[in-house]
Order: sequence, then C-alpha cells, then structure tokens
Amino acid sequence: MAVASVSPTPLLKDELDIVIPTIRNLDFLEMWRPFFQQYHLIIVQDGDPSKVIKVPEGFDYELYNRNDINRILGPKASCISFKDSACRCFGYMVSKKKYIYTIDDDCFVAKNPSGEEINALEQHIKNLLSPSTPFFYNTLYDPYREGADFVRGYPFSLREGVPTAVSHGLWLNIPDYDAPTQLVKPRERNTRYVDAVMTIPKGTLFPMCGMNLAFNRELIGPAMYFGLMGDGQPIGRYDDMWAGWCIKVICDHLGLGVKTGLPYIWHSKASNPFVNLKKEYKGIYWQEELIPFFQSATLPKDCTTVQKCYIELSKQVKAKLGKVDDYFLKLADAMVTWIEAWDELNPSEGDSAELANGVGKLTI
Amino acid sequence: MAQVSIQDSEIDIVIGAVQSDLTSFMEEWRPIFSRYHLIIVKDPDLKEELKVAGGFNVNVYTKSDIDRVVGSSSSTVLFSGYSCRYFGYLMSRKKYIISVDDDCSLAKDNKGNMIDIVAQHVSNLTTPATPFFFNTLFDPYRKGADFVRGYPFSLRNGVACALSCGLWLNLADYDAPTQALKPGHRNYRYVDAVLTVPTRMMMPVSGINIGFDRELVGPALLPALRLAAEGKFRWETVEDIWCGMCVKVVCDHMGIGVKSGLPYVWREERGDAVESLKKEWEGVKLMEEVVPFFQSLRLSKAAVSAEQCVVEMAAAVKERLGPVDPVFARAADAMVNWIKLWKVAGSQTAVA
Repeated sequence: MAVASVSPTPLLKDELDIVIPTIRNLDFLEMWRPFFQQYHLIIVQDGDPSKVIKVPEGFDYELYNRNDINRILGPKASCISFKDSACRCFGYMVSKKKYIYTIDDDCFVAKNPSGEEINALEQHIKNLLSPSTPFFYNTLYDPYREGADFVRGYPFSLREGVPTAVSHGLWLNIPDYDAPTQLVKPRERNTRYVDAVMTIPKGTLFPMCGMNLAFNRELIGPAMYFGLMGDGQPIGRYDDMWAGWCIKVICDHLGLGVKTGLPYIWHSKASNPFVNLKKEYKGIYWQEELIPFFQSATLPKDCTTVQKCYIELSKQVKAKLGKVDDYFLKLADAMVTWIEAWDELNPSEGDSAELANGVGKLTI
Repeated sequence: MAQVSIQDSEIDIVIGAVQSDLTSFMEEWRPIFSRYHLIIVKDPDLKEELKVAGGFNVNVYTKSDIDRVVGSSSSTVLFSGYSCRYFGYLMSRKKYIISVDDDCSLAKDNKGNMIDIVAQHVSNLTTPATPFFFNTLFDPYRKGADFVRGYPFSLRNGVACALSCGLWLNLADYDAPTQALKPGHRNYRYVDAVLTVPTRMMMPVSGINIGFDRELVGPALLPALRLAAEGKFRWETVEDIWCGMCVKVVCDHMGIGVKSGLPYVWREERGDAVESLKKEWEGVKLMEEVVPFFQSLRLSKAAVSAEQCVVEMAAAVKERLGPVDPVFARAADAMVNWIKLWKVAGSQTAVA
C-alpha cells in the first residue's frame, strides 16, 4: 500500500548541498533565490581560476576554482575534468551532506500547466525520500505520489519498494538533444509537461542528464564520477551519460532505485550544435560499444559497497573497452583515482552504506 | 517521423458485454466507434437479452455462436465473464483490435478535448517501440519529442509495437484491497505520455483499455487464468493480468514492443470494492507466484511465432506453477486448448 503523503516535504536544508558548475556567471541564482537560499551551495568554477565569479548576496556557499582543486587533490586532481561541466563532480566529493542537487547555470524556474512556479528541489526531495519500484512496472507511474497507487496485479510483496538513490529531472524549452538532432531540429522546443515520476526498471539503461539531477550521496555518491572530458580529452558531453550508465549498473546490483520525470526546470540556452558535434563525435560511435558493455556488465556478489562496485567496474572498463580506444584505459585509471580521492576526503564515512538485501530505511 | 496511414477497415473494435444493455455505452462512443467495424460478444452467462444501439456496422456473438465454433459447452467456460471478449479476438480478421470494458466512457484530455482512443492506440501501434534503452523524453516518435542526447543511434529505428496499454481516469484499475481502503480515491491525473515498457520488465496489463496487433500477437491474448470465484467486476478477476504477462514474454522474446500510457478512458463507478474483497482475494495471493514465474521465464530459440511461444509457455506453467495451485494447471490446459482453437477458428485462413 502506498504511503499517503499528507505532511509537508521536509526542507533538508542541513542535509543537502546544491552543486553548481560554472564558467560564466551565477546570475541565474537570482531566480532560484526563494527556493535555494536556505541551502548551502558548492560552486565549482571551471576555466580560468583568476576570473572572479561573483555569487549573489545572501547565499551561503563555498567556491572552488582549478587552483583549489589542484591544491586539495594534489596529483589526484588529474581525474577532475577541465573546461567541461564534468568538473562538477568535485563538488560531490567535497560535500559533507547526505543529498546533492546539481543544476546547470542556464537552467531557470519553470512553470507547471497551472502557471505556478515549480519548486524543483522540493520535488527532487520527494522523489528521493519515497521508495522506487524497479522490479515490476506500475502503469500509474510512481505509486507513492499523492493521488496514485499500485494498480491491480501489482504483487503486495513488492510494494515496499527499495531506497531511491537518484532523482533525474527533465527540462522544458530547450530539450537535451545531441548535436545531430539539434542540427536537424533547431527550433524544436519541449513544451509537453508530463505529470509523472517513474522508476527506471532494473536492467534498463538510460541517458542521464546532469542538468537537473539529485541523488543520495550516502547511497551512490562514489559512483557519480563524471569522467574525463574537456581540455586534453577526445570527448565531451558524455560526462553525465558515463556516470548514468555506471550508477545504473551499480544501483541495479545493490537493489537501489533511479527515478525520472518531474521536476521540470526551464532550460534557456541552446549550445552551439557545431561545437557540440565536435565534442560528441567520438561519443556517438563509442556509445555503440559502450551500451552493450554496460548492458551485459555484471558485478560479483562480494561487491557490497559502491566503492567496491566502482573499482570492479573500472577493471571491466579497462579489460573490455581498452580495445575500443586508449581513452578508456585512461578513464579506467581515473575511475580508480576518483575512488581513492573520494575515500581520502571522506574517511569517516568509510565505505558507503552497505545494504542488506537492498532494503534500506525510509528516512523522513 | 511520417505516420503510417491505416485504413479504418484494418481495425476491429471488440467489446465484451458483461452488462446486457449496451445502448448508452454505444451511444457514448458513437462519435469515435461508428466508422469502424464492431464485434460485440455477449457474456454466455448473461441471461437477459442483449440490447445494442442501431447504426453501427456490428457483428454480435452470443452463447450459441460460441458453442458452435468451440464445439462443446465446457469450452464456453473459457469465454465466460470478461473473457467473452477473447471470442471476439478469435473471430476478428483485422490487423488491429481495440478493446474496452463496457463500463468505460469517453474521457477528455488536459485541454478539454474528447480523446479518440482508437486513433491514439493505432498511433501507438504503428509507430516503433523502443524497449532496449529508456528515452527520458518518453515516446520519441510523438510530435514535439525525439531521442535525447546519449541515446544510441543504432537503437533509434525501434521495433514493432504489438500491444498498447491505455489508462483510466476516475475509477483507476486498483485491486480490491487498495480501493476498499481508499474508497474515495479517484484518478484525476492526466499524464501526457506514452512510453515503451522496457524489455524483460514485467507489468500488470489491464484489459480495460487496450489495443493490439492481432497479426503479431493475437494468439497470445488468451483466456486462461480463471479464479475459482471469478466475478463480473474487474476486482474479481486477474485474467487480463495473466494474459498481459504472456504477451509481454512473447514480445520480449520476439524483440517487439509494448507501450503504456495514453489514451485514457473514463471509467464509470460500478460495484463495491469491499464486497468484492470479501468475496475474492485469491487473485491478490496468486500474483505472488505469477510474477516471479514470468520474470524468470525464457523461451527457446525454436519458438518463433506467437503460437509456438504460447505452447512453450503453457508447458512451463504446467511444470512449474501447476504443482503450486490447481488454478495454474487449468490455465496451462486452457492455453493449450486456446492454441488448438486458434488454429482451427482464429487463423487468417479459417472461415470466420
């Protein structure tokens, strides 16, 4: 039986960090002020560290530029991308909170069909605090949402669900298309508000977009590495995709859930499709190899923590994807470096929470 | 994506009459249904005479037709209650079948327009499905949508869609315990999406509002799991849930797709969940066995057609579920008999 949510959504203001990568400015925060001001921000400044990025007044934040990243991580800083928003994962690593919300600096507050402003963060929190249902599809979508439930035929033994590790939000206006699609449909805008949240089934991969994303850092944080992109790398715009495939394999293995759907944000800026094409070009070919790799990846039973899963995955990347391109050998090493850095910066956590039978506690 | 244009003559609307007076139902649906051929099958248990509205192109089948085709009165048990609609699937010779319960009426979408469920089901069935990788913007073939960044190009052709599962506003398809606990609970949320249910993911298919490609999966939509106290309310059945899982296994095996979401119907108030719960809870219990069975079911490479798939599934049901509860052994037999019947009466070459 789905739990009817009558009580207000907890703010979690001392348990959640908002991680924002930026290379331009943070003007967009003004629009988010009513929703974000109570939270601590972690700004990861990409690009030229000598540039001063002004944070609007009244926000509580820490800001890291490339010099900070190099100073804090030393040689391990090599795993953090430069000149690519993938650098945001540094923010996940230094955070001390249980939950992370990450958003791009060209994303604004959207309105629902009734014209009300959408509190995206509140919806993400709802998604993360209610269970997921990856083992059997519910035709009425998220059964834990107010006004919904499990349908006839849904086994009662599966109605408790599993803990939700990731909440993947969507975007109105500029959709997250790849460069070829952008070139063919430069004017297409996403105007369809789909009033649903759903769990992505176990065994199914998806393209995870980092523009409007929240996750339980304690459950899955170490797997949220956004890879080697940008300067000096042969590929870009696959950072979040890479992380998404890794976290999905690991969530499936550990019995955790990934949700997608609400909330929507308003994505305002269409990046240049020709620039994008150059960045994505290799990815478009490589993903034909990557997808079968991730679809068939299995993790041994003794991988009971995220870190163990991730290290094991990095070995498989090295062994099986090395032949696609040397880049994957570098990436596999960077995955290991990332975990080492994570564990160094987060020693008191030890290994992320071990889950018995994949059933955790609902934390409200 | 260019829409394949489908002739009205390729579509049958099949209605199982569990209520004897269908006139107001048919009047309600006249704007949508009148251009199509209708097949109405009267529940053989219904004693009253069937009343239908005029001005439709319709074939009505009753108990005597079922007896004639099936050949023995014990087989009419197969088609009693909600399962009478399967006789209509058997008799149809069209490529696409749309089927709704006789207690459904037209719903309106979120803009206040009347929903043409036939057009939507046909659109779902004639645009590809994408079961191998999840698209976060849902059906990429819908106007205004597409595949998102990160979606492999080799998977963008999609595969054929064999089953389209619609939804319900007002009285949602909850089971009796759920509805009994929340008697006032109604579904008012219009979710403007169609999506492909990923491969190997099992789902509860509700027979209340479906469309399917009879050529691809007709034999797999079958009356088989009949509860001992099965009744005339959906709360007292699981036949469609069973059948839907059969179809999903067949589709996954054949590499074709199942979609869920739009269109919506409006489901009328009917029955009493508490009464149904008092009478029938066996179905809820059985799901605990049914779901793991279908989740782990794999068919052999030799099963190429839907018929062959069903035969293999029936054998697996008999072997693995038969010992658990006699209702499953009966279901396995029903599946075998159904395929025999399909070969005789249901295939394209058989005389309608």
